Amino acid sequence: MAVRVSAEDFDASAEMEKLCAGDTRIGGIAMFVGKVRGDVQGEALTSMTLEHYPGMTEAELARIEAEARERFRLSGSLIVHRVGELTPGDNIVLVAACAPHRQDAFRGAEFLMDYLKTRAPFWKKETLANGTSRWVDARESDEAAASAWQERST
Amino acid sequence: MTDSIAATEVTLRYFAWLRERAGVSEERLALPSGVQTVGDLLRWQAGRGHPFDQAFAMPEAIRVALDHAHAKASAPIGAAREIAFFPPVTGG
Repeated sequence: MAVRVSAEDFDASAEMEKLCAGDTRIGGIAMFVGKVRGDVQGEALTSMTLEHYPGMTEAELARIEAEARERFRLSGSLIVHRVGELTPGDNIVLVAACAPHRQDAFRGAEFLMDYLKTRAPFWKKETLANGTSRWVDARESDEAAASAWQERST
Repeated sequence: MTDSIAATEVTLRYFAWLRERAGVSEERLALPSGVQTVGDLLRWQAGRGHPFDQAFAMPEAIRVALDHAHAKASAPIGAAREIAFFPPVTGG
């Protein structure tokens, strides 16, 4: 179980190898890697800057991870999130969940992302090729995805 | 007899567009005694004058954390020492 916030890039393959290494109870690992898209509604994106709230970010990610672990009986999990200035194609976020069975691993990883997107204090600012910058608006669809977990039993 | 106790200072922190509009990332001050809940605090911020009046013009678009945990408008501020204001989060 670990959470990490860093300006540095991560190596998803290396993280996958390390996670739950030697734990023969697990039957699978589900991993999601989020990346910077090169366009925003048809406009070319130059860079994306991620701001966060040091202290709360780590606390919130740890709460989200603990909830996922309890709910999906995960054997292990990992959240890595980058901050600072990123460019198209860069990695932004990695979540991974290990479990004895695949459904818990898949659902655990999805839950981690849905909760991260609506609770962890990160904010994206986009700079477009035309020189303008703007803060990204929160999406109602993300809030709906996170809320939907509260109505499910698993 | 809480009125007789000198108001303790809290740290207020601002993030993303709220930080830009408020023109400050962090400040320390004593809150007025009438500010009891998160909702009271948002109304007080909107009444502080420029540039807070503009930064807090849409309180429904602002999220608040008390000591690193999300808090609703109805939540009492209580003994919180660090209070943060920010837009809905957009990470991931």
